[in-house]
Parts: sequence; C-alpha cells; structure tokens
Amino acid sequence: MGLGEQPSSLSDHARALDQVFREEYGRVVSTLIRHVGDFELAEDAVQEAMAAAMVAWSSGVPRNPAAWLTTTARRKAIDRLRRAQTFARKQKELEYLAKLEQVEEDKEENVDSLVQDDRLRLMFTCCHPALNQEAQVALTLKTLGGLSTVEIANAFLAAETTMAQRLVRAKRKIKQAAIPYRVPPDHQLPDRLSSVLAVLYLVFSEGYSASEGDELIRHELCDEAIRLGRTLAELMPDEPEALGLLALMMLQHSRATARTSDGELVLLEDQDRSAWDRAAIESGVELLDRALRRHQVGPYQLQAAIAAVHTEAANAAETDWKQIRLLYSKLAEVAPSPVVVLNSAVAVAMEDGPGAGLDMIERLAGDLDGYYLFHSARADLLRRLGRVAESRAAYSRALELAENSTEKRFLVRRIQELG
Amino acid sequence: MKYALLIYGDESMQADATSEQQMQVMAEYGAFTESINEAGVNLGGEALDSTGTATTVRVRDGETMTTDGPFAETREQLGGFYLIDVPDLDEAIAVASRLPGSKYGSVEVRPVWDWENNHPA
Repeated sequence: MGLGEQPSSLSDHARALDQVFREEYGRVVSTLIRHVGDFELAEDAVQEAMAAAMVAWSSGVPRNPAAWLTTTARRKAIDRLRRAQTFARKQKELEYLAKLEQVEEDKEENVDSLVQDDRLRLMFTCCHPALNQEAQVALTLKTLGGLSTVEIANAFLAAETTMAQRLVRAKRKIKQAAIPYRVPPDHQLPDRLSSVLAVLYLVFSEGYSASEGDELIRHELCDEAIRLGRTLAELMPDEPEALGLLALMMLQHSRATARTSDGELVLLEDQDRSAWDRAAIESGVELLDRALRRHQVGPYQLQAAIAAVHTEAANAAETDWKQIRLLYSKLAEVAPSPVVVLNSAVAVAMEDGPGAGLDMIERLAGDLDGYYLFHSARADLLRRLGRVAESRAAYSRALELAENSTEKRFLVRRIQELG
Repeated sequence: MKYALLIYGDESMQADATSEQQMQVMAEYGAFTESINEAGVNLGGEALDSTGTATTVRVRDGETMTTDGPFAETREQLGGFYLIDVPDLDEAIAVASRLPGSKYGSVEVRPVWDWENNHPA
C-alpha cells in the first residue's frame, strides 16, 4: 500500500466499522433491552459502546464484535443508572441496576439461542398491534435496522422532528403501557406474525415503488427490508409465510435495475429481462419452494409464486398468464381485496383480450376510484381497444392521483403517445 | 348513593406546565383528597397516564381488534369502568376483549399513573 492511499485506508476502516455496527446493532440492542428492560436506556448505552469501539478497535475489529459491544454497552448502562440514582432514587432503575450487576456474560453455549430470541422479541415488540403502523415501521427500522432518525425521516419524506416525536411516543408507550418484550405464545402467533410481515413488506414496497418524491426506487429501504426479512426467515424457519415474504421481496427486487431506464419507468412487458438479477431469482425461487413444501399457503407465498412465474418467461407474450390468473384467484380467496381483483383483471386481459379484462375492471370503479393504478390499468385496456378519448380521460385521472414524479412522467408520455 | 367523578382536561396544558405550576396542582389535589377522606366519602381514585399510552379494544365477529390511541367515537358515551391489575398490556387487552362492552362498543385500556417510577404527571 502506497503512502498516497493512507486517507482512503482510514475511510476503509471507518466504512468497515460502519458495516459491523449496522450488522450487529439489532443483535446488541435487542439483548440490552432484555437486560435493562428499557428501550431508551438500551439504545443510549449501545450508542456509547459504538463510540468507544471507534477508539478501541482502531487496530482491528475483535473476533466477536457483538459480544464486545454488548458487554461494553451493559457497563455503560450501569454507569448511566448510577448517575441517574443520585438525582432520584427510582424503584425501577434500582431494580434494573441490581439485575444488570447480576447478569453474567451469557454462557458461551447459550449465546446463539438467547440472542436469536432477543431479535425475535424485539421484532414482535416493535410490531405490537397496540402501536400504530407508522410507529411500528419507524421503531423497527430504528432499533432492529440501526437506521438513524434522519435516515428514517428521509426515507419516508417526513420531517425529522415528526419522526423523532413518533419514535419517542412509541418508546414511551411501550414503557408506560407495559407492552411485553417477548415472542407471543402460540395461540397469538399467527396474528402477531402477520403484523411483523406487514411492516417488513411495507418498508420494502415504499422502497420499491416510492409513493412520493422524485426517485422511483429507494434501494436503501429495499435492502433493509430484505435484510430484516432474511433475519426473520432464519429465526422462524418453520413459518412458510416468513420464507414466502423473503422470496417475494427477492423476486421483485431482482427486477429493480430493469424497472427504470435513464430515470424513466419501464413496464414489466417492456423490460430488458437480461438485466434481471438471476442470482436473486434463484434464491427467491429456492426459498419459495421450501415454503410451499409446508403446504400452508398464504398471501406472501402466492404473491411470490406470481413473481416467480414472471421470471420464468422469456418475454411478456410467453408468460403463463393462465397460471398467474389462477394464483390471483387463490390470492383473492385467502386475502380478498379490490387491488387483487385489479391485478387479476390485468392477467385476464393478457389471456382473453383487453375486453374481458376491462369488464372486470369496470366493476371495481366504486372501490378504487381514488387509486391511480386502477385508472392507468383501465386507460391501458381502453387504449388497446382503440377507445382513444376514454383512454385519454382515464390516463388524465391517473395523472391527477399519482404522486411520484417518475410515474407522473410515464403517464404524460402515455397521453402524448395517444396523439 | 355512589357517584363516579370523571376528570376531563387538556393534556397539552399539563405537558406545557412549569414544575411550579405542576406542584401547585398537585397540592390542590392533595388538599381535595384529604378533604374527602376526612368527610369519609372517598372510595378510591387514580390518576391516568396520558392518552398517548392508550389502546382501544373492540371485538367484532369474535375477532379482537386493537387501535393505538384513545377512544374517539362521539356517538358512544362513557358507560362505566373496571380497574384491573395484570402483569402487562397483552393481559390487559385479553381481559378487555372479554368485557361485553368491547363487543357492543369499545373499551379504552389506559395505564394508571405509576407514582413510584415517574415524576409527577
């Protein structure tokens, strides 16, 4: 290494630490929460431990960075509690302190299972149904993902103060209302797991098709959702919907680079399929196969199956639309919603012609009038049927409702192409 | 004859109050409690945590639904209350979902203010 490279090697070190912190944050903070019983205190102590690591690790990262950070953070938490005591002798804090001082290093053989349980506990607590979904999302990204408040605010185009207040309120509610820190018992698990899955998919979807703003895809949100989804699938390998969700996200994300060209939206039928990420597709399909072998089909597995059918076709015309249509009708059975019917209608149009699809779509007008994709799908079918004036009106309505600028430009182009 | 005295107020005023103002209100409440104790008419009462800590429970078609936040349906009126002591919010929600009121209307689950572990409200 030459002298001239020294600055970049320093920043390499900083980047490596950043990577370690991001990887280990959820693990460490979830264990600390179990030890100290308090989100705020745990997060503050972990922040302090990471600051200490910046100095202590200057000559190299220890063999087990999570263990180092956990031990250091626990000591920092003890310091904080001792200081707090001199101001007010609070019963709860004295209890934490007594407990903390008793906590021995988790015995080597138990570390893995204990820590795994910790991250699961944290996921279920962050996604507790007594918290609203916005709070669930913010808290999951903050405590499990280790994203900063600013990063979360930017990702959802919210003001930093709004996001900070949302996080403070959620943590306060967990503490004051005594939301338990545990994996729910079996009889509650299906319901509670579905709210964890919903939060992860919401993060992914917001990244994959940003509802507002200039960028269509916010990769950092997709990456984070996939990372958390992978953790969940590892921790709950017997839950087919956890595997199904991860498969779905990987299969959708495999098309990410082909979805835009020079910043413009490219529809599935027009995408350069050679640009699809084959490795991601393979892992996605493998996960989906594993999930389906359990014979407990659910909405995420079905959506992943639909995405998988798309990846198998060399082009839009050769897609097995019949299979897609069957999967959508199964999806409509297990998770009925007008949006599912809309997607199903698009598949029908591909198989039986635009007229048949349009008949189905027209029946959704009452439910989906405020949904821009309803109007753009309808406009597309009208265009194919040669009903130009109606198509233009429908595209215009879609344009009024769309909020993402990439999508808006796409709709404008479509209107212009109608002539 | 027994009466419930239900206390309504603007939470944001409490949150914005200076510690002096808070102490004064505390003292007023202390004096009031003492006076009804002396009169032998006090059957009990609690301060509640803020609405930010509330969870609303409804049971429809046998399914329990929880909402973050206080009860906010003007078509329904306060009809009664229970005070329960359980280990955590999951247990409180489980009890609330067995309460007939959660089937016919809604039940707001609000923590009682914990004086031991918090500064004055």
